[in-house]
Amino acid sequence: MSRSLMKDGRPRSPFSMATMAILALLWTIPTIGLLVTSFRTRDDAATSGWWTALFNPFQAEWTTSNYTGAWTGADLSSGFINSIVVAIPATVIPIMFAAFAAYAFTFMDFPFKELFFLLIIAVMVVPIQVAFQPMLNILGPRGLGISGQYIAVWLLHTGFGMPLCIYTLRNYMSTLPRSIVESAKIDGCSHFQTFWRLVFPMSIPAIAAFATLQFLWVWNDLLIAKLFLKSENTTVIVKLQQLLGTQGQGTELLTAGAFISMIVPMIVFFSLQRFMVRGMTSGAVKG
Amino acid sequence: MTTDTSAAAPRRKMRADDPGASLRANPLKIAIGILGMVGIVWGLANLFLAFGYYPQWFGNKFIIGVLAIVVGVGGAALLFFFLNMFVEGLPRRLSEGAIPYAFVLPGLFFVALMLIYPTFQSINYSFANSDSTAYVGLQNYRTIFADPEFWKSIVNNVLWLLIVPAVVVAFGVIVAVLADKLSPTGEKAAKSLIFLPMAISFVGASAIWGLVYAFNNPGQAQTGLLNAIWVGLGGEPQTWLQIETAKLNSILLMVILIWLQVGFSMVLLSSAIKGVPEDTIEAARIDGASELQIFFKVIIPQIRGTIITVFVTVFITVLKVFDIVYVTTNGAYGTNVIANLFFNKLFASSEAGQATAIVVVLLIAVIPLIWFQIKHFKDEEASR
Repeated sequence: MSRSLMKDGRPRSPFSMATMAILALLWTIPTIGLLVTSFRTRDDAATSGWWTALFNPFQAEWTTSNYTGAWTGADLSSGFINSIVVAIPATVIPIMFAAFAAYAFTFMDFPFKELFFLLIIAVMVVPIQVAFQPMLNILGPRGLGISGQYIAVWLLHTGFGMPLCIYTLRNYMSTLPRSIVESAKIDGCSHFQTFWRLVFPMSIPAIAAFATLQFLWVWNDLLIAKLFLKSENTTVIVKLQQLLGTQGQGTELLTAGAFISMIVPMIVFFSLQRFMVRGMTSGAVKG
Repeated sequence: MTTDTSAAAPRRKMRADDPGASLRANPLKIAIGILGMVGIVWGLANLFLAFGYYPQWFGNKFIIGVLAIVVGVGGAALLFFFLNMFVEGLPRRLSEGAIPYAFVLPGLFFVALMLIYPTFQSINYSFANSDSTAYVGLQNYRTIFADPEFWKSIVNNVLWLLIVPAVVVAFGVIVAVLADKLSPTGEKAAKSLIFLPMAISFVGASAIWGLVYAFNNPGQAQTGLLNAIWVGLGGEPQTWLQIETAKLNSILLMVILIWLQVGFSMVLLSSAIKGVPEDTIEAARIDGASELQIFFKVIIPQIRGTIITVFVTVFITVLKVFDIVYVTTNGAYGTNVIANLFFNKLFASSEAGQATAIVVVLLIAVIPLIWFQIKHFKDEEASR
């Protein structure tokens, strides 16, 4: 065999290498197109494809004015801040509540436990659209009157994220040794103390995994933000959606705007990819 | 109940000298617990309302955000602290039984409020008029079933459901298998690039692909990648997303979702494939099986469970696909789907009755999936 070997002794597979290179390229090209276009002037972008600018970088006109235009002109800056204000509590609050519930589901026995848990599993699949009209009534002017405020969206994301969060954390907690909890009990720890001092710290990997996924969902969400936030509180994704609707003047801002909306998720993605993978492999199905 | 009392046995033994302890309540703890809970809820409610109505008190939004994070998280923790104190103040017998509910019910409350109650309320509203003030019987169902747009959306949804999950799973398997044969560095890099779209919103992805599908008049330079290739091959530039023939535009929209979801599929399948025992593959190889036979007869059966999980997950995503259609065509040119139709009924035409009737149709469609999820869970528990 003339095939060369890799460092770990497996044979190199030219077919795999070629196919994967092509696939990786195919998957990346659309995003590169957006990135390149976002730095081109309006006239340039309208008269030639982005690849011509990439191949002749010195003849093309480059600019960062799309970014300044989108940030201030199209007011993506306020959308950006709103997104942060919406996403962080909407990530942390469900975890607080779910962690306690997951603890009880894992380490306690009580009547209706099985029924409650099956209920959680069932609602993971229920489409969140069922909630919109009833919640618009409850949160809206006919009810509590908080529709349009951040808190409305926090509550909604807390409710929608809860089943998956309980499910993921419970799956993880049930891999923890039960003897630890039992010996804590013999030492006279209450469940509350056992939770805070032992189980919560030990569950940090699963919590980080869910937090990563939930943050991305909340940040990237269009539906809930569009329906339940008033325009000055709205997120960067809704602002981007509004930019997508514009024709003619302002279209050059779209590409920059899209990139602005993607920066935070990308940072989260690259720094927490490890956790994300773990979160997904622990059974992430969201309704 | 039996396990609960036996687990508490050591504690009881320590207090054996005080036989009345299990019946005695601690009124101070109960009082502080209740007052604490009420205080926290009252304080949080007022603070959050102040965020909404008097944002100027707090300077700027960033301060609100930081405050919200601190108060929201701290408040939730304190709420549990007081709840726990209240339960511990109860007579021991009662408190042993109540603790699990103190832990479970707050979380379950959100699920009940945001998902279970609305499910029944939506079913209820689907029999009511456009602002849910009077019952109209089956009128909403008659209206949506008589609407050709509804049936067009159903057909499109079925098409999405037939194509996208299968393609995503197929790509995921291919990528996972091929990546497994690369060097560790190559595998990591290739997977990261294919996984990256997972971080991109549906709206952002639509912006990205809008650029690929862009159209310029014939004679002008094509700035859209697809048209540039098409013209390069000698074709006429096309407005891709307006071509209804053979559902081409719907399929091009599906490409966006496939592009987004393959990373997810690959990650799950890849970890499953790495879990396939090497000796089963080796044994097949010794028996003279070809690589293709090994793939279909050894690897695939062993990752079947993961394939089904991925398929179901993508299936559920596709069932509710909305953002992509909404921001690209908003259902025009025969690309409408159920979730987009729902949104337009609810948001643009304020037809709550018809919108909820559409949701009920969606609900009926997920019932088999609920059954599947529960069965899957029970199987998993049994093998634990």
